[in-house]
Amino acid sequence: MNLSKYTAVIGLEVHAQLLTESKIFAADSTAYGSAPNTNVSAITLAHPGTLPKLNQKVVALAVRMGLACHSQIARFMIFDRKNYFYPDLPKGYQLTQDRTPICKGGYVSIKLDGVEKKVQLNRIHLEEDAGKSMHVEGTDETFVDFNRAGVPLIEIVTDPVIRSSAEAYAFLTEVRKLVRYLDVCDGNMEEGSLRCDANVSVMLKDAIEFGKKVEIKNMNSIRNVQRAIDAEIERQIGLLEQGVAIVSETRLFNADTGATYSMRTKEELNDYRYFPDPDLSPVEISEHWLDEIRLSMPALPEELIQKFTTHYKLPFYDAEVLTDTKDIAQYFEEVCKHVSNYKAVSNWIMGPVKSAMNELTLTANEFPVSAVTLAELIQLVESGKISFSVASQRILPELLKNVGTSPLEVAQQLNVLQSSDEDSILPVIDSVVADFPDKVQEYKRGKKGILAMFMGEVMKRSKGKADPKVANQLLLKKLDEK
Amino acid sequence: MKDYATLRDIQDDLARGTVSCADLVKHHLRVIHLKKHLNAFLSVYEEEALKQASFIDHKIKSGTAGRLAGLVVGIKDVFAYKHHPLQAGSKILDGFISPYNATAIQRLLDEDAIIIGRQNCDEFAMGSSNENSAFGPVLNDADNTRVPGGSSGGSAVAVQAGMCRISVGSDTGGSVRQPAAFCGVVGLKPTYSRISRYGLIAYASSFDCVGIFGTNVEDVAHVLEVIAGADEYDSTVSKKPVLQYPKELSQPPNKKYKVACFRETIDSPGLQTEIKKNLLDNLDKLKTAGHTVDALDFPLLEYSLPTYYILATAEASSNLSRFDGVRYGYRSPSTSDLQSLYKKTRTEAFGKEVQKRILLGTFVLSASYYDAYYTKAQRVRQLIRNKMQEIFKTYDFILMPTAPTTAFKLGEHTSDPLEMYLADLFSVLANVAGVPGISVPCGVDGKGLPIGLQILANDFEEANLLQFSAYLMKLN
Repeated sequence: MNLSKYTAVIGLEVHAQLLTESKIFAADSTAYGSAPNTNVSAITLAHPGTLPKLNQKVVALAVRMGLACHSQIARFMIFDRKNYFYPDLPKGYQLTQDRTPICKGGYVSIKLDGVEKKVQLNRIHLEEDAGKSMHVEGTDETFVDFNRAGVPLIEIVTDPVIRSSAEAYAFLTEVRKLVRYLDVCDGNMEEGSLRCDANVSVMLKDAIEFGKKVEIKNMNSIRNVQRAIDAEIERQIGLLEQGVAIVSETRLFNADTGATYSMRTKEELNDYRYFPDPDLSPVEISEHWLDEIRLSMPALPEELIQKFTTHYKLPFYDAEVLTDTKDIAQYFEEVCKHVSNYKAVSNWIMGPVKSAMNELTLTANEFPVSAVTLAELIQLVESGKISFSVASQRILPELLKNVGTSPLEVAQQLNVLQSSDEDSILPVIDSVVADFPDKVQEYKRGKKGILAMFMGEVMKRSKGKADPKVANQLLLKKLDEK
Repeated sequence: MKDYATLRDIQDDLARGTVSCADLVKHHLRVIHLKKHLNAFLSVYEEEALKQASFIDHKIKSGTAGRLAGLVVGIKDVFAYKHHPLQAGSKILDGFISPYNATAIQRLLDEDAIIIGRQNCDEFAMGSSNENSAFGPVLNDADNTRVPGGSSGGSAVAVQAGMCRISVGSDTGGSVRQPAAFCGVVGLKPTYSRISRYGLIAYASSFDCVGIFGTNVEDVAHVLEVIAGADEYDSTVSKKPVLQYPKELSQPPNKKYKVACFRETIDSPGLQTEIKKNLLDNLDKLKTAGHTVDALDFPLLEYSLPTYYILATAEASSNLSRFDGVRYGYRSPSTSDLQSLYKKTRTEAFGKEVQKRILLGTFVLSASYYDAYYTKAQRVRQLIRNKMQEIFKTYDFILMPTAPTTAFKLGEHTSDPLEMYLADLFSVLANVAGVPGISVPCGVDGKGLPIGLQILANDFEEANLLQFSAYLMKLN
């Protein structure tokens, strides 16, 4: 198949569940995993006479995301009704934003093979989630759980500017990073708090008009979004190559087979009869409110990268790695409050700390070694009391096992404290120099490489406790004296 | 039992101890039973009302009674009353019990009003004759062969016949004022957003108003003062302060009013001659009393009815989607799959008029007709609003008939929906513009049927409107 003749055109719709305690239009809890139909008030169940009441916090969270994406924030907005019948939709309509999305335009920057691309957004709008239908297999019974009905969502809609599954992957990774940084959403795709639908079409490279678009749903990880897009591009090109026209439809991705399957064709789609909800008064976002939201925003990854490269003077690479998640960045900054060698802190976190986290599958928040403790450990190395290898390979594992112990205590117990005081190191050096007079002569004749042998011997005789830096200096001085 | 003119007279006697709430409730219960054939009540909360009465009698003795102590109230079957049935006159809510109180109901209870029962009405408040109720029509107490008007027919008749002192109804296109006119009682539709809609079953959200029926303006003022005002459960309700309407009423200004009337209403071809004469007589009386009366052209009047029927049915088609047989109320016993559950449930349990309006509303909202109907109607609504605001810059009130005719015969208009819709010709204007309106009884026609006169005022001018209504009733 000749893939290179074609260009893929991809647009993504990302739904993110907002991290609020209560629902968007009712006081019910949004807690995940409650017993079915326990977070359901008369409002959630759409009892006769009930009216929606907007939770102001959802506005603040959506605005946060909009500001982070450089979007234009609506100063005046309404909610619209999207009318359709389904058992998990209590009111018979979904409250969403059709004509006045809370955020318009904007972009999310992604980086692919070192090249930056701004993925343009069409909009970010607020809406309510539906309940969950559960079909009982083997029977014709369906049960509905309304706990999720009315949970606040933002829908982030891109322009059709994504050109490959890799770009889609990078975009989603970036969006997930952003929502987590902003405390807008927990970003958990497996639990469905972050969901993505992809609109995919293909066209010949020099074509002007887009091909027929197909919507793909049911992808529960970023990796699966990438797989689904790849499978769909290949399927569509395959059909075009055979001269078969693409049908506009909705397809489901099957993670087991890696293929997409037709769910419904677009012709069967509802006319949603959108119109402004007369039960909710229009929302005005004042300059004052906007300022409040701006001030309450946590720092964004790009801001942190800036700070890490200037204030902490880290290389760009370090800054990027350390800001990958908010937890790590915070942990780094916490440690830096107690250690002045920021690069050392960076090396520690990017090295032994990260590999311990990976090994134990822990996030920085869950990491048992506190920032203060790690700072103490780094200080021990910095002051020459222990070597880096002892600290990372012997003391850190102890600290992970016994939460709350101090690195100094552990070093003492393991008897690995280095001596940097000259009085205790000098006698060792004297004895080594005295025991190898011929090697001393070789050194004097210019075989400077022999120094390593002397150092090895010094460390061996001091049982590793001599500070290598101090020992090295003393040794040089001694040899040059002779 | 003594025939009390106003709630204040009752409260004076309650304070003196010459009457008790229990006496009052018993009296109204007797009338309810006596007039059972009018079909005004769907439920009568007999024991509960008596129990509540003796509780409030104790409160009166200890001096802790609320502002509405001694007031016996009936509520239209569209208000959520906790642990009581709620059906909007429809089969689709068969067996439904509300788990919460509407804000208006809660406020009545908080001030010790006694709720005596649930009143019959047109299904989902859609109708002008109360013939669209799943529980059968309500009869006019002035003539049992005639309709009481609608949709709050049961509520109007209950006050007319003395089954309760106050009824709380809803007015979307005239559903309080028109039956008030047909039954010879006072019916107030306040400014849109003056009273919380929380707990009022929605027909058309941007038109729906809680309305009040009484035998006199003063009682209505007392109830309005209690139930109006800001409510955290309704984001569309106004936060404007609520005035002390009864107090305002007791201090009428000695001023000369500027009153407008529309040539289009006076010259309306469908207007009953006696109603026209009644209106002109009243305008003359006002002139004689030194007030300014001007006849204005209001060519937009004829557009208010189609504007109303497009926007109200659009909203209704969506508002009534929740009645789907899934979570509560009626579900067809013969469903085979999801589609048939919806179709059969809604076909079997919604009446013809409701189905008609849902279909009409669905049509005007559909993608290919949205702009031609819905968008256009919204624009016309804005035009009408602007024009009304302009008139109220110069005039204090607009006077017009409440309805083109007095109460018509049962079945008279059921075959011609357009003729039925014309019954709302003069009442929808207030809802389209959002302004307050009231119907006050102003004599009878040749058959002895009550005539209602309608007064409209500017937004939130309820105090002036009530003062002027009381004044006009005195002139008659």
